[in-house]
Amino acid sequence: MGDPINNMVGEETSDEERAELRETLGLTDPIHIQFSRFVVNASKGEFGISYQLRRPVSELIIERLPATIELVLISALIALVSGTLLGVYTGINRKGFLSDFILAVSLLGVSLPTFVIGILFIYLFAVILGVLPSFGRGEVIDLGFWSTGLLTISGLKAIILPSVTLSLFQMTYIIRLVRAEMMEILQTDYIKFARARGISEKSINYKHALKNGLIPVITIAGINIGTLVAFSIITETVFQWPGMGFLFIQAVQFVDIPIMSAYLVFIAFVFVMINFIVDILYYFIDPRIRVKGDVTSG
Amino acid sequence: MTFLKINNLSIDYKMRKETVNAAKNINIEINKGEIVGLVGESGSGKSTVANAIVNLIDEPGKISNGSIFMGDTNISENQETIVQYRGKKIGLIFQDPQTSLNPILTVGEQLIETIQTHLNINTDEAKNRAINLLKEVGIKDAEKRFSNYPHQFSGGMRQRVVISLALCCEPELLIADEPTTALDVSIQSQILELIKRLTKERNLAVILITHDMGVIAETTDRVAVMKNGDLVEIGPTKQVLVEPKKKYTKSLVSSVPPTNKKILRFTIIEKENLNNQNNNIKILNRWSKKSIVDQNLVKIQNLSKSFDDSFFTENTKNSVMAVDDVSFDIKEGKSFGLVGESGSGKTTIAKMVVNLFKPSSGDIFFDNVNVTKIKKNKDLLKFRRQIQMIFQDPFSSLNGRLKVNEIIAEPIKLHNPDIKSSDLDSYIHDLLESVELTQQSAIRYPHEFSGGQRQRISIARALATQPRLLVCDEPTSALDVSIQAQILNLLKDLQEQLNLTILFISHDLPVVRQMCDKIAVLKDGKLCEVSETEELFKNPKHNYTKELLKLMPKIESIYN
Repeated sequence: MGDPINNMVGEETSDEERAELRETLGLTDPIHIQFSRFVVNASKGEFGISYQLRRPVSELIIERLPATIELVLISALIALVSGTLLGVYTGINRKGFLSDFILAVSLLGVSLPTFVIGILFIYLFAVILGVLPSFGRGEVIDLGFWSTGLLTISGLKAIILPSVTLSLFQMTYIIRLVRAEMMEILQTDYIKFARARGISEKSINYKHALKNGLIPVITIAGINIGTLVAFSIITETVFQWPGMGFLFIQAVQFVDIPIMSAYLVFIAFVFVMINFIVDILYYFIDPRIRVKGDVTSG
Repeated sequence: MTFLKINNLSIDYKMRKETVNAAKNINIEINKGEIVGLVGESGSGKSTVANAIVNLIDEPGKISNGSIFMGDTNISENQETIVQYRGKKIGLIFQDPQTSLNPILTVGEQLIETIQTHLNINTDEAKNRAINLLKEVGIKDAEKRFSNYPHQFSGGMRQRVVISLALCCEPELLIADEPTTALDVSIQSQILELIKRLTKERNLAVILITHDMGVIAETTDRVAVMKNGDLVEIGPTKQVLVEPKKKYTKSLVSSVPPTNKKILRFTIIEKENLNNQNNNIKILNRWSKKSIVDQNLVKIQNLSKSFDDSFFTENTKNSVMAVDDVSFDIKEGKSFGLVGESGSGKTTIAKMVVNLFKPSSGDIFFDNVNVTKIKKNKDLLKFRRQIQMIFQDPFSSLNGRLKVNEIIAEPIKLHNPDIKSSDLDSYIHDLLESVELTQQSAIRYPHEFSGGQRQRISIARALATQPRLLVCDEPTSALDVSIQAQILNLLKDLQEQLNLTILFISHDLPVVRQMCDKIAVLKDGKLCEVSETEELFKNPKHNYTKELLKLMPKIESIYN
């Protein structure tokens, strides 16, 4: 199990041929040489050839990337927009049937695993109602460097279920975070002072409180987009979504090490990049970071 | 014609178990062009009354009775009226300028929004108006500062911005809730001057809430004294302060440390338990009392401390000299005062004396040993035992997860690991009784105590190692006057009985005058002058000292 040679050749290959292949692939070299070769190649974006599909891994990843990115972006958008809206609503109207209801449902969203939600959705919308497709990406338009499903009706229909499924966990998370932030900020002195100046409730809630409340939300949301990419493995499997996660699961079944290593390096890269972007965003959002050491006395 | 009339106002807080009456049948009338002070200790209901006027009482508080008339309009009756009045006819100033401005909106944005909420003018006009306002409250370079964020202003400047926000739509009533409590004396006097000037120029009616009798004496025309939700006394300021009719007012006035003379003990606002404190210092029998030698217990020579802003480069340009070449001596058994405004380096010196900061240069001698030269932690421990500190904020300086006996036992066990548990318990009880707390306090948590009681626990903890030097960093600035008087008396008694040497840090000149034998005045990390207390107050040499003395609000000013 796990020997790449066994996965690559058929039953009838002789031991000599196997040894020869082993030699050409460099698998007889000491581990540190193999590893440094891997690192050097990886830094150039070369992760070798998939044992199973016999194609360069980088090519496979690039081919599958658009599907995953589209799925993640759409669900991140859903999570952020609806999470913030519902969070603000529950933060402002703390008591009330609708707030309690949203919070109760959000508890479900946090505690139900993604694959259960996915299967329930498929059962409801694809099997019983028959309005949305249960698998695949629908019709795809190739733009040369990018293949998109967002420009066709069937593609749009196909993305609804997986992206909603994927976004649910993050959305509930953001609801709770925004709600907690709003409740805290509405107690602060500057909100009280704004009220005392007669500023309208609408401006207090959305301009004064929400803007401050979004600062921590952006940090968490940034990290969560990375998590979304990682989480998409399960969603993609449930919906047979032809993205990287699906590719990864298949690679795991065949012990296709080049794909797996390439995927994991890619995920790590995404996490680092997103955190980097969030840190830079902070600079633009929070004036306290932007202007430093410019205090006049008096 | 009375401008604002508070009629029989009562405010209740309905709690789960009981209803707290935060204000009971309050009657106050305010005319235009007059500043009415509202004075009382914490919990007296003075802020509640102010918040009731604009209908911004914190949940679950409610006006249960009475009415508030502004002109002929009953503003407490109708929620919508008061919402329209907020900012337009009534301006509010809160205590802490650090937190009353929205940190992510520029000062200009906040001003323009407020102006446009109430006045129907376009953005350019609003901007002009805002800039003129900033100029009016004394902000230089108003055009430029207009687009700055609040954190780019210092505390005093921020309070000016807050005032400009409160006044931007020309309200007729200004409510200032402890507007200068968070500020230094020099800034405080500027802000109070500003409020006085605007009152006159704009014919405002002003309600000034404060606990500082000096501020009341110097600023207000009339004063209302509150206690536990009751209006004790109201009348012209001079009359109330000079000839108080009620007992409470009398004791409140007398517990304020006088600025013009030294007294032996502070007058205490009478409390139900009038136990005689002097005979109460139980730890005496186990205190290895050192007789006072006529020597300098602490010698500080050319002490400096700089804080580097940049972590990686040793660039002196970025470093801030928090303490700059300071030298002074403290005689054993005496109290030494360190006075200065915020940022003057008082606390930094204190932390270096107790060895929490390492000095950048200079020496600290304790009992003729150079403490800065000690390298080993074990050797340092001997000195730490002899130097203890009491911190400013009694709420954050006690660990909320530990019971009082655990808090006090910690230093004892650290320096005496072999102590028997029965011995430890009785020692803790003695310590608690010495600071006038009951033995039962030992098994309670800090949050069950009031601020003053917590500060007593801090003192007990500091005394646990039988120190020779007690460093008190603003020990009473978070406390009410009456509590302050008790704590300061306690410190005085302890010092007398236990031969303690005290390094007393404060920004409050009257307090320092009462507490200290010798005083050092600091400004921007530099020492201005060191002299005997009475000499300093009667004959200040340095210009800065003179300035400070001139600016401190004096309750006695009412007699002139």
